Amino acid sequence: MSKFKELESYATEDSSYELLPFKFDRFNDESYIITNIVGEYLLIEHEDLEALVHRKLDVTSRLYSQLRSKHFIRLPKEKSPIEFLALKLRTKLSRLSQFTNLHIFVVTLRCDHSCPYCQVSRQSEDKSSFDMTRDMADKSLDFVFRSPSPAIKIEFQGGEPLLNFELIKYIVDSAESRNRVAGRDLAFVIATTLSLINDEILDFCKLHKIQISTSLDGPEALHNSNRPRPSKDSHQRFVAGLEKARDRLGYDQISALMTTTELSLDKVKEIIDEYLRLGFKGVFLRPLSPYGFAIKTKRFMAYNTERWLQFYKSGLDYIIELNRNGVEFSEYYSSLILKKILTAQEPGYVDLMSPAGIGIAAIVFNYDGKVYASDESRMLAEMGDRTFELGNILSDSYEDIILSDKLLDALEESFTLSAPMCSECAFEPYCGSEPVYHHAIHKDFLGRKPESEFCKKNMSIFKHLITLMESNSDTKKLFLGWANR
Amino acid sequence: MIKLGGRVIQVHEIGSERATLFVMSSNPNLPQVLRADKAFIAKSRAIPKGFAHYITFESFVDEVSFSEGESFTVLPDEFNYLNDDDVVRITPNKEHIRVLYRKKATNNTIMITEQCNHYCLMCSQPPKNQDDSYLLSEAFNLIKLIPKYTKEIGFSGGEPTLFGERFLELLDFTKSHLPQTGIHILSNGRAFKDVSFAKRYANINHFDMMVGIPIYSSNSSIHDYIVQSAGALDETLAGVLNLKRLNQKVEIRVVIHKQSIEGLLDLCEFIGRNLLFVDHVALMGLEMMGFTRANLDSLWIDPYEYKDILSDAVSILNSYKLTTSVYNHQLCTVNKDILPFYRKSISDWKNEFAPECDGCKSANDCGGFFSSSLQHRYSDHIKAL
Repeated sequence: MSKFKELESYATEDSSYELLPFKFDRFNDESYIITNIVGEYLLIEHEDLEALVHRKLDVTSRLYSQLRSKHFIRLPKEKSPIEFLALKLRTKLSRLSQFTNLHIFVVTLRCDHSCPYCQVSRQSEDKSSFDMTRDMADKSLDFVFRSPSPAIKIEFQGGEPLLNFELIKYIVDSAESRNRVAGRDLAFVIATTLSLINDEILDFCKLHKIQISTSLDGPEALHNSNRPRPSKDSHQRFVAGLEKARDRLGYDQISALMTTTELSLDKVKEIIDEYLRLGFKGVFLRPLSPYGFAIKTKRFMAYNTERWLQFYKSGLDYIIELNRNGVEFSEYYSSLILKKILTAQEPGYVDLMSPAGIGIAAIVFNYDGKVYASDESRMLAEMGDRTFELGNILSDSYEDIILSDKLLDALEESFTLSAPMCSECAFEPYCGSEPVYHHAIHKDFLGRKPESEFCKKNMSIFKHLITLMESNSDTKKLFLGWANR
Repeated sequence: MIKLGGRVIQVHEIGSERATLFVMSSNPNLPQVLRADKAFIAKSRAIPKGFAHYITFESFVDEVSFSEGESFTVLPDEFNYLNDDDVVRITPNKEHIRVLYRKKATNNTIMITEQCNHYCLMCSQPPKNQDDSYLLSEAFNLIKLIPKYTKEIGFSGGEPTLFGERFLELLDFTKSHLPQTGIHILSNGRAFKDVSFAKRYANINHFDMMVGIPIYSSNSSIHDYIVQSAGALDETLAGVLNLKRLNQKVEIRVVIHKQSIEGLLDLCEFIGRNLLFVDHVALMGLEMMGFTRANLDSLWIDPYEYKDILSDAVSILNSYKLTTSVYNHQLCTVNKDILPFYRKSISDWKNEFAPECDGCKSANDCGGFFSSSLQHRYSDHIKAL
């Protein structure tokens, strides 16, 4: 008789497994998806789902091994599955204890562009009406340094923030001088079209390590029709500014975002090619948000979610093909969702987190002293819905604003783990709450999920990404790389 | 293969009949005061006086003549590699020599016990259930003799943590005597499930100390079967978590064989999602020693057959940005994408090449074989590249 025992003698209790919490949903005609609170998932057939729940699984199957490995089940005496679930959940939620990181300063509403879809900007020379004052900036900085977050990011937005560069300089200098005592990990970003960039501005950015976040909508014709300037040279100025900024600040200091208009819809390949041509390593395929002028001018309604999803999917197909041909390029919205699906980390993307990112991940100080819960909140206010106007920086205290019912109610009512239809949704671990969007469309923080375009869009993307990687192992490898970048 | 232990030809007049450790020297001008614990390597007629012991080899024995009263050992020629600063144990009553430390070896591992609470199917060092605390005591002596410039030493077993507090004392002692030497420990990690033990380990506060812990499957039934101990994986994982909570370095070691290959990719994903904070993951080929030979039928799978799985496994770990290495494989049995992770890992003394390797242009970059593999089983797909 062998002195070694057989596998069976170590698996005697295998069929006594316990279920750990998971959610499930029909995935497609053949399979169900099961997910747990830390984002592990498996696609399984209906009969396996039944066997799993009724504890009749074949304990010698690969599925059984995977269910244990991914912490969907455990043996009663096992301690490590619970430990790991707790550890990963803590990791995913760890940003909550740090509180507000991103502080957006709208230093002016004035702009040199007149984009038809733009939510807020003004063509005006009237500085007194549309520029933030130093007093507001000082009060806003008081607020910024009340945040307990060890990392603070100050982002300058507009309008075109470079039209009020003097105030940017003032805020950067003041923030840095305060930070000599506060000792935070302090970073600055300017969101600009680059049309007004010059050497003086770049010298200042270089000196203070300020990053540039800019906009590129596609090839010249498309970009210029999306972003009209009186001189019709937005794209030309962008390309020149990009090169200058890269030369001076460094290649990785400039990122670009694109906005999808109906003119973009059949040009996804051209848009991606333009990003490639200009040396970007990826693109963020963003849908147009339903705020401000976008609704007023009916631009938002010019295409529906279905059409945008087509645009996104064919763009993603093209990007996957690029990678297959040896060109490294990624899609950033997919990447951050894949991080949620494939890793124990949380990407911290303000528009796709729960509790929502409003106020507690990002907050906006508007040019007129108003404090908003997010960038979209101020756009909603421009349309007359002031639900997310949390107060005024000149008259309200930090506590007034952060503890306001306006903020806390919106956070609590939209929290996906308790929201109807979200709490039991299998895709909840990958999703987030968007009270501002839902309030804009449905007039409440929660929205009606069956009618929610936010829900439809994201569910489709989750399913699409999972389908792509389940059906092709090279795509799975590519996605695993994106998820971990 | 370099012989590390065996019978001596002759031992003459060592003071004690019991095991004694000596540091080797070939320096005839060594100051007298430094000769007291050293064995002189005698290969010519001129024999300096005053060394604790003299060592010569079969083919030099006619040239060398010792004065009366000098204690000496004659070794077979296969020990002729012995060099300055090497440390040997000579056991006169058993007419036995064991080389415990070699200056030339890139890593020297000190086995401190043959006892183990695992009984792994592929154990290369089958455990013995008997008191061998003399090995631990000897390790304390050995540490004092090892040169201070040594970059790294290893402690293995058996399961070294079975000595509990005495093991921690050994680590602390090693830190005192070899303050610039890294320490690598081979352990199944279960002892560290005890938080207070893990804390006392962390309190040694060593600048470069790592525990290499084997995990063979993310399904505990399979891991427990491979290590032949129920409840093993659950405790090992608890140990890993405690060590990492205390900021200690941990390496995960996965031996690839027929029982572990099926779940290898699941295990790699498990590591990426649950153990992202470990410092190193090593995917290792099988050594044909000890129990492996007895269980060969249930363990052997040709590395050539699993090379695509190995590539996928490395790709997963690398995507999660885990520092990953592939040990104990031959270049002609792995895909090209393995090369950045490929290490020549087999210790020099048991490292050889096969007849099929003749004329291979990549032999210098290849890790070759365990000597035991050449004797017992190796891939059918070995060829000169």
